[in-house]
Order: sequence, then C-alpha cells, then structure tokens
Amino acid sequence: MNVAKRTFDAVIVGAGGAGLRAALQLSEAGLKTAVLTKVFPTRSHTVAAQGGVAASLGNSTEDNWHWHMYDTVKGSDWLGDQDAIEFMCKKANEVVIELEHYGMPFDRTDNGKIYQRPFGGHSMNYGQAPVMRSCAAADRTGHAMLHALYQRNVRANTQFFVEWMALDLIRDADGDVLGVTAMEMETGEVSIFHAKATIFATGGAGRIFYSSTNAFINTGDGVGMAARAGIPLEDMEFWQFHPTGVAGAGVLITEGVRGEGGILRNASGERFMERYAPNLKDLASRDVVSRSMVTEINEGRGCGPDKDHVLLDITHLSPETIMKRLPGIREISIQFAGVDPIKAPIPVVPTCHYQMGGIPTNYKGQVVVPKDGNPNAPVQGFYAAGECACASVHGANRLGTNSLLDLLVFGKSAGETVVEDFRSGNLSLKPLPADAADASLARLARLDSQSGGESVFDVGLEMRRTMQKHAGVFRFDNLLKEGVQKIAAVAERAKRTEIKDKSKVWNVARMEALELDNLIEVARATMVSAEARKESRGAHVRDDAPDTAENPNGRDDKNWLKHTLWYSEGNRLDYKPVNLKPLSDDVEPIALAKRTY
Amino acid sequence: MIKRTVQFKIYRYDPDKDEKPYMQDISVELEPSDKKLLDALVRLRAKDDSMSFRRSCREGVCGSDAMNINGKNGLACLTDVDSLAQPITLRPLPGLPVIRDLIVDMTQFFKQYHSIKPYLVNNDPPPERERLQSPEEREELNGLYECILCACCSTSCPSFWWNPDKFVGPAGLLAAYRFLADTRDQDTNARLDNLEDPYRLFRCHSIMNCVDVCPKGLNPTRAIGKIKDMMVRRAI
Repeated sequence: MNVAKRTFDAVIVGAGGAGLRAALQLSEAGLKTAVLTKVFPTRSHTVAAQGGVAASLGNSTEDNWHWHMYDTVKGSDWLGDQDAIEFMCKKANEVVIELEHYGMPFDRTDNGKIYQRPFGGHSMNYGQAPVMRSCAAADRTGHAMLHALYQRNVRANTQFFVEWMALDLIRDADGDVLGVTAMEMETGEVSIFHAKATIFATGGAGRIFYSSTNAFINTGDGVGMAARAGIPLEDMEFWQFHPTGVAGAGVLITEGVRGEGGILRNASGERFMERYAPNLKDLASRDVVSRSMVTEINEGRGCGPDKDHVLLDITHLSPETIMKRLPGIREISIQFAGVDPIKAPIPVVPTCHYQMGGIPTNYKGQVVVPKDGNPNAPVQGFYAAGECACASVHGANRLGTNSLLDLLVFGKSAGETVVEDFRSGNLSLKPLPADAADASLARLARLDSQSGGESVFDVGLEMRRTMQKHAGVFRFDNLLKEGVQKIAAVAERAKRTEIKDKSKVWNVARMEALELDNLIEVARATMVSAEARKESRGAHVRDDAPDTAENPNGRDDKNWLKHTLWYSEGNRLDYKPVNLKPLSDDVEPIALAKRTY
Repeated sequence: MIKRTVQFKIYRYDPDKDEKPYMQDISVELEPSDKKLLDALVRLRAKDDSMSFRRSCREGVCGSDAMNINGKNGLACLTDVDSLAQPITLRPLPGLPVIRDLIVDMTQFFKQYHSIKPYLVNNDPPPERERLQSPEEREELNGLYECILCACCSTSCPSFWWNPDKFVGPAGLLAAYRFLADTRDQDTNARLDNLEDPYRLFRCHSIMNCVDVCPKGLNPTRAIGKIKDMMVRRAI
C-alpha cells in the first residue's frame, strides 16, 4: 500500500479540551501544527462535562490554592504527585480567566464575576466546610468550554484533520517519537504524520466497562497506541465510578446537583451519606459516595422493585433554581429516566466515569519512562495531556471539576513545553524508519483478510462484562485473579475479530475493530495492575485489605505508596515512587493521613 | 419495556460498491433496555456491520447523530424508538452531499459557521481578572450558546437547500447573534456588515422549520429577527 507522508513541526492527536488548549499554544506561537481528530472537535467528550472547573477564585467564599492543593492530595489518597498538584492548583485561576477572555459564557454572580458552586471533596480551611470553587456555565460547563476553545482555535487558524483516526505511534531505534500513522475515515487512506513533537490528547477509555457515562468514542486510542509502542501505563487500576449515572442508561448526572443542594436517599428516604461522611455528607469525595451507595444497595436498602439503585432528590429546590442552574440535568432526567426532577427524585447508580491512570507524564506534559535508573526520563518528542495522561494529579481518586482543570493546565503546559523545546533547538525531525507504517498496515491487512473470526460487537461485549464484574466499585481477590485470566482470553479473541464490511469509505466496522485493539490494552492494564495492588486506596478497594489500625481504610503506605507501571509486552509490572515533595517552597508537603470526610 | 421487533426502511449508499443509493428494508429485535433510536441502530449494526452513521455521546450534547427520521430531522439518541411509526424511515440530513449511508459531508455547513467569525472579539488588553458581566447580561446568551452544531436546523431550511453557499443558515446565524448579544464583544459593526447582503441573512423567510426541529429547543428564527432589528436600528 502506498503511504503518503505529511510533515509538521507538531502533531496533536485529539481535539477535546486538552488537545484544543495545546493547539492554541502552538498555533499562536506559529508552529506548523496538525490536529488529528476522529470526530469534529466540538463532538469530543469534553462537551459532556457538566458541573464546572475548579479554580480558587474566591468569588463567593474565601479560597486559595493551598486549600485546593490539600483537597486534591487528600482526594488522591496521597497517590498524586505533589509537584504536579501544586502546579495545577496554582495555575487554575490563570487558565480559567483566560477562558473567560476567550468568550466562555460562565454564569455570573450578582456583582458580575464568574459564578462558583460547591463540589464534592472541595473544602475551605483544610477540610472544614464545603467551599464554592467550581466555576460553572449552568450544567453545561464542558460544552461551553469546548466550544470556546474551538472558537479560539478558529481565530488562530489551527489546522485540523477532522475524522482522521490515529492508528499507531512511530518510534525509532532510539525510542524517540517521530509522529503517528493515521487513517482518513472518508477514504480509508493511511498517512504518516511526521513531526518533531507529538502530543497525545486522546481522552480516556471508559468504554472498557459495561456501564459507563462515557461516549462511544472514549476508547483509549492514545493509551492503546502508547502501550503497543512499549510505553508503560501508570496507575491503570484506578477508575472513577461516578456516584450518579442514570440507573439503566448510564448517562451522567453532575455532582453539581448535590453542589446545588441535592440529597441521596435510600429506600426508606434516609439521607444515608450522613452516616458515611458526617462532615461533607453528600459532597464527600466520589469514591466514598459511590462505595456508600453500593453498600446501601448490597445491604438491601436500594430503591425500586429490584432494590438496585438509590434516589437523587432535588424536589426541595425551587423550580427556578433547577431551571436556571440545572437545566441540562432536567432534560437528561426526563429523556433517560422518565422523571421530571422538579417533581420526583432521579434513580441513580455508580457508573464508570474517569480513568485516573494513563500515559506517564510530568507537570510539563512530557511523557516519562524509567530509563538508566531514572524513573522519570522524558521520551524525546512525546507529550501527553488530559485524561489519557497521568501527571499524576488525580492519584487514586479524582475530585470533581479537577478534570476540566487538568486538561486546561496540562494542555497549555504541554503546548508551552513543545514551543520551548522547539525554540531552544531541542527538537529535530529525525529520519523515519523504513518500517514506520508497517504495524498499522499489518493491522489493516489482517482486518481485510480475516475470515472465520468473531464479531467486534461480541468480543467487545465480553470485555465490558468482564471488566464490570471483575474490577468494579468493590474488588475481590478471587474475582481479580479470575479477571486477569478472562481478559487475557478476550485479548486473544480480539486478535481474530472479523468485519464483514470491507469498504474503503467511512467504514465504522473497521474503526470499531481498531478501537477494540486500544480498549483491550487498557482492559489488560487495568486488570493486571488491580490484581497486583494488595491494598485499598482511593477508588481501588479490595475485600482482603480492610480498615485496620495499622492500615487505616486498608491503605498500606509501607508497601504500596508507589505508582504502578504496566508494560503491554508480557504483562510486566514495575513501580516508581510517588513524589511527595511539592514543586516550590511556597508550600509544605501535605503529610500522609487517614482520609475521612 | 419488553423485547420487540422494529421495522426499518433505511437509505443505503456505499460509493465503493453501489452504483446508486437505495432504500433497504430491515428489521431488528430490540432488547427491553433499548429505548432510543440510537440503541436500535447500534443493535442493527451488531447484525449488519456495514450500516454506517455517526454517533458519540448518546445524550444529545455532541451533535453527531443527526438524521432525517420519518421525514423530520432529529437526533437518534434523543428520539424514543417506540414513539415512531413503522417502518421507521431513516435518511441522511437533506441538502448535503452524502458520503455514505446516513453520513453526510458537512463541509458547507461548517464553512457557513466559520464565516460569521464564531469567536469573541475584544481588542482591549485583557484584564487580570474576568471581564465583568451582570447576570442579566449573561442571560442574553441563554438559548444561543447551547447550540451543538448538529445541523438539524440548517438542513431542514428551504433557503439553505437553495443557497447553501450564500445563505448562512439558521445555525450560523444563531452563532452570529450569540456574539452580537455578548456584552464583552466589540465587533458589532463588522459582524453586521458581514451579514448585510441579499443572501447571508435576508434569505431567511421565517419558515421556522429550524425552530420545529432543534433538538435543544433553541429558536434561530428569533435570533435572526434580532439581528434584522439591529440592522434596522443601525440604519436610522
């Protein structure tokens, strides 16, 4: 097959919040940049974020970045790197104000400032009381943000390759990254995008689970490509189950509902979060709320004929507040739960939502891997930001509103680093290896010629069911062990998927088969990493690591205060230390403590 | 819901193998959990993986799965499958070139969107903090900024069908008014100049198909009326 080559200073894969923010940095600096995206930019999944973006603007309550940093470290169950967390919380005001200047339609306070609402796990004065830190545009913050970022990129003349799916990462014999191969959906043609710098901003892989708030497109493409190219994946055992997905449908109901005063109730109408988190109650951290909900359901206090969900109640709020602050949620409830939340509570259940782990990076957005004794050696030419990356600011559990902040701060930071590296002459256009496109072409040829294989739909379903059963909100040693075997078997089946559609033109079947390759890498990484981590921390809670005096909440800092690194080849595991030291002297390290809310 | 079988009539065209488009009769058994038209289409794809359509968020915010459903444009993910008369007739959005099956080429649609300079213009040096805007001023943007660029409106508009290269269309004009209505934007005159032409704005004849089909309940016709008002006020 003839493979066209295109050459750029930088190629960005993904045009969600992180990709668009990085693109802006590069376009405005005058770098010749290509942004590849498998969907039109405003269809990226950032669009579905609802409740807000964190920044300690202090527009409605007193606030500062020290408190935000403390909440984030505590929320991460101390697995987050404190240098990256300091960097993110300090930069928050700057990146949010920039967005406002770009035209983002934030809601306003009476004195004209950006409206802020309370959110789970965010507190004032180191855990004392809820703080109003989430900057919101009604309950459509992600939509407003993504469109504002796209619009700013239109102004900056960013060059997009829309409906191009990246296939594989190109590395040379030194391990340096030289770009990607990609396929144009409309023609099925494969091209090499040769670049001095490659930024991955491909989002998460929430579609590995059966029940997910994520879009169809969230298939971990960048994570899968990195894994196949020998880059380890960090902390993939940590997945966030959002407390409030619509029961049955999985569609997200923002935590902002509880920020505006919503209450979770069990079958007897009890506000059960008072028992689990006496201080922050319904606004405790997401992992805590999800586990409390599942405990209520498991102990027979669930709602509905099958006692399989709980209720999110906002009937005590005024219809005006609901219409003004939560209009999108009302639409979603009516559409997907058949309930008008002004009149009746919404049936909800914890639903897979966010990938805390990902491609290991530092706070500058450089991808880092262990090399010659350095656990964090940058990979030449390779950068990542947003949900596909692991900086690591979310550690074992992400706080709501910190994901939109993450993609702004680290999208910008990755962009700045590329511009710096470009200008200082640290980046060069290395020659492409002769076999640069071979792996991608082989994958496509295999799909063209495969016969007697299974359907992508069936294998994908088996993967999602396996992940749901074996790596859910609560994890069990025997189920994890079985899960490792089962996922290995599914991965074997995925190598023989067969598509009937062989058309060159907009072939969805081919796209889904290629996406499944990426999902499978993520599923394997998750299961193997989770089975190996013999403690409970953040979103990873095991039956054989209970709350004891020695290990509060089951967390074992003596043996497990470390990041997991999973390599695809041979399912190999490695570990690296957590950075407990902040970036500057402006703040003391946040000392290890038991997490309570 | 229970298991039930649903009949479809679907526009099919694969330029790689079909000489011309045709309507395919096909049925599929739905699981009790399948509620939306998109659920049914995903079920159909499991049966025939060549059935091509765009989809992503499945909750009506990304704007991918717009199509013509029983003669009316809408989003598959927000349409209750059981509310539709059978056979459910699905066609690509009207008036745009078809790439394959239900997938249309949206180049012209986005070209018009880009033509109105869909970004905030404010040439004052950016202040250290946010530009202030009162809640009332911000309220002016409600009903405008929520557009998801699905193209249901523009592709249901006869004026856009006739002059897709000259008439901006309801989605683009809604976006134009979104910036005209923003107190932070300073480009009012240039924006109005950009639309002062026999086609770009004035081809809207208030047929209001756009309002009828918008899956987000937005009202481009009202926004277009407000732009026309601004033109008139500027002239006197």
